[in-house]
Amino acid sequence: MKQGRIRTIAFLDDKKLCMMNVGNDILLSNGQVLSRETIDGDIATINFGPTHPATHGIFQNILKVDGEKILSSEQTVGYIHRAFEKLAERRPYNQIATLTDRLNYCSSPINNLGWQMTVEKLIQAEIPKRVDYMRVIMMELARIADHLICNSVIGVDTGALTSFFYPFTEREKIYELYEEVCGARLTTNMGRIGGFDKDFTPVFHQKLKAFLKSFPKAFEEFNSMLERNRIFMDRTQGAGSISSERALAYGFTGPNLRATGVDYDIRAMHPYASYEDFDFIIPVGVQGDTYDRWMVRQEEVRQSVRIIEQAYANIPEGPVHADIPEFFLPDKKDVYNNMEALIYHFKIVMGETNVPVGEVYHSVEGGNGELGFYLISDGGRAPYRLQFRRPCFIYYQAYPEMITGSNISDAVITLSSLNVIAGELDA
Amino acid sequence: MSKNNQLRADLQQKFEGRILQIEELYDCLVVEISPVDLLATADALKNDALLSFNFLTLLGAVHYPESKERELCLVYHLHSWKNQNRLRIKCYFSIDKPQIQSLTSVFETANWMERETFDFYGVEFQGHPNLKRILNMDSMDYHPMLKQFHLEDETREDKDDRFFGR
Repeated sequence: MKQGRIRTIAFLDDKKLCMMNVGNDILLSNGQVLSRETIDGDIATINFGPTHPATHGIFQNILKVDGEKILSSEQTVGYIHRAFEKLAERRPYNQIATLTDRLNYCSSPINNLGWQMTVEKLIQAEIPKRVDYMRVIMMELARIADHLICNSVIGVDTGALTSFFYPFTEREKIYELYEEVCGARLTTNMGRIGGFDKDFTPVFHQKLKAFLKSFPKAFEEFNSMLERNRIFMDRTQGAGSISSERALAYGFTGPNLRATGVDYDIRAMHPYASYEDFDFIIPVGVQGDTYDRWMVRQEEVRQSVRIIEQAYANIPEGPVHADIPEFFLPDKKDVYNNMEALIYHFKIVMGETNVPVGEVYHSVEGGNGELGFYLISDGGRAPYRLQFRRPCFIYYQAYPEMITGSNISDAVITLSSLNVIAGELDA
Repeated sequence: MSKNNQLRADLQQKFEGRILQIEELYDCLVVEISPVDLLATADALKNDALLSFNFLTLLGAVHYPESKERELCLVYHLHSWKNQNRLRIKCYFSIDKPQIQSLTSVFETANWMERETFDFYGVEFQGHPNLKRILNMDSMDYHPMLKQFHLEDETREDKDDRFFGR
C-alpha cells in the first residue's frame, strides 16, 4: 500500500484533513474504496430522519456525504421506546398480549399468537389440532399483509406509487378477516392463552374463501408491475447488498437473511403450531440486495397462500381452545350459573392464577425474522422477566455497513427493503 | 430428549471444570459458567466443529436483588443450526462489580444487545467498541430495568397493592 494513497474513515471526521486528500482514494469502514472521480472532498452532514417521509418510522441516521456518496452513518434509535419489558413485569400474562401487538404492528397476530404459545409452553398446555390450524391461517394472513406493505413501499421509494395502492385493496381484505376473528384491525390482541375465544364465524369462512379466490390474481398483477420492470430492476439490483457471512454475523433472520442465500426458517427448523403438516418452499436469494429481498418476500407470499389453502382444506373439527380452565376465560353463561366458572373467571381477571416456576424461550417466524420470547416465571402473577427477541432491532445495526459507499437514494430503498418497524425496533 | 443428553455429555467432556451447573429446563439445556470464562467458552462453542453454536440468538440480563453477590445474571441464547439445538448460558455476578467480557469479538450481533443491556441494567461490557445508551436518552442517570425502580409512583395512595398484585 502506497503511503498517502488510502485514507481511513477516521480522517473523515476532520474536514480539513479530508480536503487535503482530494484526489486520493478513500477506504471506507466497510472496506469499500471510493475513487477520485466519485468524490470532491466537500463533506456535508445531513440528517436522514427522525421524521423523514422515507424512513417510514421514527429513527435517525446522521449521514456524512460527499455529493451523493455516503461516507459514514451514525444511527440513533429509541424515539418510541415504551418500556414494554418493564411493563410486562407488572402485568398478568393475559394482559401482555396487548403489548406484543404493538411491537411489529404490520403483523400483530403473529406477535400475539407467538406470545400465547410461549405461555402455553410454560404451563405445558395441550393444544387441540384445530387451534394450531386456525393459528397457522391467521399467522400466514399476517405474513402476507406484512410482506405486501414492505414490498409495496419499496415500490414507492423507487418512484412507483401505483404499486403501493394496488396491494392495499387486498390488505384491506386481510384486515377485515382479522376483524371477523377478534374485532380489531391493527392492534389485534387476537386469540387467548390456550386457543381462540370463538370459532371462525360464517362470515369469516365466506370472506376467506373469497380472498383465496381473488388474491392470487390481484397479487400477480402487483407482481407484474415491478418484477421485470426495467427501472425497478436497475434501481434495486445491487443496492444495499450484504453477503451471507456478514448477514449471519449481524444476526439477520427472516426474509433478509434468506435473500442472502441462507435457508433458515423457524417454521421448518423448529416447527410450532403444526407447521410440519404443511408443504411449502423456503425461497432464497443470491445477492442479498434489495431486489433479492423483494423477490424473496414475493415468493413467500405465494407460499403463505399455499399454506393457508392446505390448512383451510384440512382443518380438523374439535374445540377451539385447550382444556385449561385456570387460564382460559369460561363462557359468560357459565360464570353466572356455575361456581367453578365464577371462581376461575375472577382469578383470571384479577391475575391470581397459579403459574408454574420456570423459564422458556419460544420463537416464531415473524414478518421480518425470528421473533422470540424469553420468559422467566417465579410463580407470581406477572413474569419475573420477559425479554423479546425483536428481529429488526438486531439486524438494523448492519444498516451503516450496507449503505456506506452508496448513494443517498440507495440508502432509502435499503432501509425500506429491510422492513424495519419502529415499534419493534424500540420496544 | 436424547439430543440434549448427547449435548450435555459433549459439553461436560469439552468444558470439564468450567461448567458450574448444568440442567435441562423445558427442553433447553442451561449451563452456568463463571463470568471470567465467558469469552473463551463462547469462542470455543462457536468454532468447535462438532458443537458449532454459530448463532447468538439473544442476550440479556436478569436482576435478582435478593441473592447476594449474584444479583445480576447475564443470559445468552446460542443456537446451533447444524445440530438444530439451542443452549442457554448463564453468568452470575455481583452488582457492585458489574463488569463482564464483551462478546462482540466473537458475535458482532452482540453489539446492540450489549448496549441495550448496559442501558437497562448498567452492565459494563469490557472490550465493547461503543458502549453507550441505545434506547433511553443519554442524560438518564439510572438503569431502569433494575428491580429497585418500580413501574409506578410508590407514593400513590389510591391503589391498594394487597388486592391488585405486587
